[in-house]
Amino acid sequence: MIRKSLTVLVIDENHIRASIIEAGLREAGHEQVTVVHDVAGIARRIAEIEPDVIVIDLENPNRDMLENMFQLSRVVKRPIAMFVDRSDQASIEAAVEAGVSAYVVDGLRQERVKPILDMAISRFNAFSRMARELEEARSELEDRKVIDRAKGILMRSRGLSEDAAYALLRKTAMNQNRKISEIAQSLVTAAGLLDPGES
Amino acid sequence: MAAEHQINAGFIPLFDSAVLVAASEIGFAAREGVDLTLSRETSWANIRDRIAIGHFDLAHMLGPMPIACNLGLTPLASDTIVPFSLGLGGNCVTVSNTLWAGMVAHGALPDLDPARAGKALGALIRERADAGRDPLRFAVVHPHSGHNYELRYWLAACGIDPSREIEIVIVPPPFMADALAAGRIDGYCVGEPWNSASVVAGTGHIVTIKALLWRNSPEKVVGVRKAWAEQNPDALAALLRALHHSARWCQNPANRGELAALMAQPSVLGLSPALQMPILTGHVALGGGAELTVEDFFLPFGKAANFPWKSHALWFYTQMVRWGHVAHTPENLAIARDCYRPDLYRSALKPLGVALPGANSKVEGALASATPVGSAGASLVLGPDGFFDGQIFDPDEIDAYIAGQKLARAEA
Repeated sequence: MIRKSLTVLVIDENHIRASIIEAGLREAGHEQVTVVHDVAGIARRIAEIEPDVIVIDLENPNRDMLENMFQLSRVVKRPIAMFVDRSDQASIEAAVEAGVSAYVVDGLRQERVKPILDMAISRFNAFSRMARELEEARSELEDRKVIDRAKGILMRSRGLSEDAAYALLRKTAMNQNRKISEIAQSLVTAAGLLDPGES
Repeated sequence: MAAEHQINAGFIPLFDSAVLVAASEIGFAAREGVDLTLSRETSWANIRDRIAIGHFDLAHMLGPMPIACNLGLTPLASDTIVPFSLGLGGNCVTVSNTLWAGMVAHGALPDLDPARAGKALGALIRERADAGRDPLRFAVVHPHSGHNYELRYWLAACGIDPSREIEIVIVPPPFMADALAAGRIDGYCVGEPWNSASVVAGTGHIVTIKALLWRNSPEKVVGVRKAWAEQNPDALAALLRALHHSARWCQNPANRGELAALMAQPSVLGLSPALQMPILTGHVALGGGAELTVEDFFLPFGKAANFPWKSHALWFYTQMVRWGHVAHTPENLAIARDCYRPDLYRSALKPLGVALPGANSKVEGALASATPVGSAGASLVLGPDGFFDGQIFDPDEIDAYIAGQKLARAEA
């Protein structure tokens, strides 16, 4: 028997993460996937789409509104409940830790929903990892820029070579038990105060 | 020295999280050997989920929320108990300038009088209905909230059927003022500072205040995962003592400036300290230049504000029954009654020698003036605690109360 594929609605204000989830769902063979970024008018959209599964990020402040709407459901024709597999506490924890939750229409079998939730969990985690790495790369770049400026200030004001300027920054950082970028930032700030033309 | 107890707790950006925030930031928790880590959350659903899976041991919760949890009305419900209340009062009903102008045309005055405002609102609602206009839309923060129940109580007592004559939707507290300004809602009931936020923005008018609907009425509580409380009685007792000291500090007028600055921080509310002052002083700008001072607007400590009265839990339960959230059965009644735990409050605070109510329940709305009551330890003053419509809730006569309010709804 061929089962009708599930209709999935993804509610996520983060556009990039939403498209990562959407791509994952499509790769897994779910063709009926809708992504919504803004919950304004969500009741009408749900009435139109009639989703079997709703995937939502936990940071969305509208969860209370949505849960209330699912329960009252004058607009929503079929009752929707949170996906809770009581026998699988680990999966609930993984979902909350990843920052995602799923709501399903009543009567939908657990084994049909679980792969969707598992996929959402892994994509959410992948996204967080990616965002963290990006942030690290970004701050590394910032650090390098400020260190270069501090080196320039030392080279000009103390007549040091680039290597000597860096060595001085590193030695000061070690002595004060701080990061080189922090010492560099202090130097750049101080130089800016002493001579507005310098920074 | 490392703290003896590690406790993780969640809160929602509302002023009535102050006792928890101050306990953590001013050092009351540390003094009791508790390392209290607070996490700001964006929804009550998140608070519920993180309590259920053990991320949080306890949290800032809406008074009816733990009861709804224990009654199985919410997903991922876990047994939750209430050993401490975070204060009395603190909410307001705010409406758009357009709705306020309509109410004024029907006799409303900027005096916060709930009866007068309700009468004007009722007349306006009927006028709109006759003209074939859409029902007014009000927002509350959660279906199982003091806000939802007090808004409905007020409207029903003024002859307005809140289930049919208006629409009630859910909006997160920090979005209320924006939703009102954008015209998506006509009014809302929420805790401070999200009412004053609309007044300061010039987009809303405060029509009445929780303390005037039901003076000294319950609002937020500390909801604790029951399993955690049973496994960690010493940690819980230490925390309750810390919260007691924190609440006393929050109530002291000498600390208003420091508390306002603390709550204004970007990691807590992220709004100016000036916006925190109405709830601290009771001096409220209503909009359009009107100002009033309301007694007992918000009590984080006074009038036994932290005692988890079973009569408060039971009143919330009567409203759950009234608005169809739960059926009135002896089993459900027992669940509601057992949710609030004055015994835990008493045993934790007993070593401090402070005033402790001797009873677990009281007749709500019976005290017309401030009244000294029998208590263990020092003296204790309660009330006045009247409902604006003169009703009295006697928890021993709960069946009659529930039956009576059904009639009031049908007659409306």
